[in-house]
Amino acid sequence: MAPSIDQLFVNLLHWVVGFLPEMVRPWASLVISLGAILGVFALLFGLTTVCERKAIARMQNRLGPNRVGPFGFLQFVADGIKSLTKEDVVPRTADRVVHFLAPLALLVPVVLTYLVLPIGRNMVVLDLDCGLLFFFAAGASTELAVFMAGWASRNKYSLLGAMRAIAQMVSYELPFILSTIGVVMVAGTLSTVRIVEAQAVVEGDWLARWNVFTPWGLVAFVLFVIASFAEANRSPFDLPEGESEIVAGYFIEYSGFKFALFFMAEYLGMFSSSAMAVTLFLGGWTAPVAGLGWVPSWMWFFAKLLTLMALFIWVRGTTPRLRMDQLMDFAWKFMLPMALILLPVVVIWHRLGGGWMGWLVCAPPLALAWVLLGKALVGRRQIRPRTYRYAEG
Amino acid sequence: MSPMFYFLAGLTLLGAVASMSLRNPVHCALSLVVTFAGLAGIYLGMGAQFLGLAQVVVYIGAVAILLVFVLLLTRAAGGEAEAEAAPSWKMAVLVGILVAGVMGAAVMTAGRGVPRETGPDPVPVAQIGRVLMAEYALPLQVIGVVLTVAMIGAAVLAMPEKRGATGKGAGLPGKDGLAGQDRALQRGSSERRQKPSDLPESAGRPVA
Repeated sequence: MAPSIDQLFVNLLHWVVGFLPEMVRPWASLVISLGAILGVFALLFGLTTVCERKAIARMQNRLGPNRVGPFGFLQFVADGIKSLTKEDVVPRTADRVVHFLAPLALLVPVVLTYLVLPIGRNMVVLDLDCGLLFFFAAGASTELAVFMAGWASRNKYSLLGAMRAIAQMVSYELPFILSTIGVVMVAGTLSTVRIVEAQAVVEGDWLARWNVFTPWGLVAFVLFVIASFAEANRSPFDLPEGESEIVAGYFIEYSGFKFALFFMAEYLGMFSSSAMAVTLFLGGWTAPVAGLGWVPSWMWFFAKLLTLMALFIWVRGTTPRLRMDQLMDFAWKFMLPMALILLPVVVIWHRLGGGWMGWLVCAPPLALAWVLLGKALVGRRQIRPRTYRYAEG
Repeated sequence: MSPMFYFLAGLTLLGAVASMSLRNPVHCALSLVVTFAGLAGIYLGMGAQFLGLAQVVVYIGAVAILLVFVLLLTRAAGGEAEAEAAPSWKMAVLVGILVAGVMGAAVMTAGRGVPRETGPDPVPVAQIGRVLMAEYALPLQVIGVVLTVAMIGAAVLAMPEKRGATGKGAGLPGKDGLAGQDRALQRGSSERRQKPSDLPESAGRPVA
């Protein structure tokens, strides 16, 4: 019973493709898989926006969407119809071609990243030898789309937003990529499928070999998640679209469905980087402990993904926006050195073969580096409870 | 494979031509990105996965962004460029002809042995890594050192500018180099702090 549910979608795909002539089978398989992924993640996108609005509303002591459908959960349908029927306004001075291409240039690479994500056992569209590199290549292409949007609008706020976005994405891309190198070194491959398989429960062991269960993996996971907040332009790194400063950043001049495309690309990017965090550090579709292997693999994947999304929403609801200099200092003076220190530690851990000996040798230097870098970043400023001169007493 | 190759080659050439003939510098940069993407596609089509993806990461993710940044920081990117030849156009034509000649000769003489339709078998990335880390370890490290030196150089170039921004009159370097300039700067700023009344004079006076 369990294996059939686990492989349900794989078998379904094989069954459907089996009706087609031999020639088109690989292409049909690709198109159907991509369509299924887009459908699932688009639905997830809609539901997550509602959940996010409700969760943040709760944190901010209000109700959030509660009119459309049960508990307001059909709000995203209403929003989608609204954005489809709205007028598409293009500023007169805008560069029409680039303005039109920007949302597409943003969405297409983001969708491409889903090709290499292993969603379950045997459930990956393309098992590339360079899967991880493919992910980063597609992710790197989005920066240019953001610039295109900001520049083509001929609006100083959108240009400012685009410049902020590029500066931020370029800076955080370094720790984003460097934090994954340890995983690649230990797994000995760039293929996302192999990386997940290397983290599965080994026979006779009770705990899975997730990378996050090692000292370097834990640090790298935290760095990766922080960097993916920045890559997704999410709070506390949402300077590129800081509403109170530059209205909406690089997509001010977009309306109607183009705006919805930007919104969707942002969410899909967030999903894909969380899914990559799950793949690299949280064992992808593998179960955390032995004896839970009967739960379908894709359920594990989505459970982990949604947990990370909850973290994203929680952080957005509770942290204030950084200043530009704080943002840059954090990337270059904390994240980057930390990611570089990780590399030798990974080598030592790998040579020692892990275990308590590995923890003893690897954990203290990492903790020390974390504390010292953090102190250097904060400097001599004292962090005390904030006092208000005029608001209190 | 063949129609795909012609499509990508056409795209690459189109992007290259557009990047030379369009008037708006940002449009030129964006067309150059099309060329980069087309090249990456051709590499991928030939089974060179690592090369193709590295092309995307390096050229579209970094070089194109750098180009765009330089355009925006050095001039108003909104303006259309004037249609005028650079003063050194004769030299440029000569260099262009030479480069084209060398590349043409290389293409004509090589590439006979390799069938055009199918490239060699895809090389696993682990093998590339092994070769890079063992056989070509020294060149790799030399390149790393060169890049690091360039980065340090950029940081050093950026630094005095930042100091100069804190106090005016830093435009003239002192006789005893940068250190002297620094001291002069500190002196100048402390003077100004003591006597805010004569700020315009002291700010205009060259400190050396």
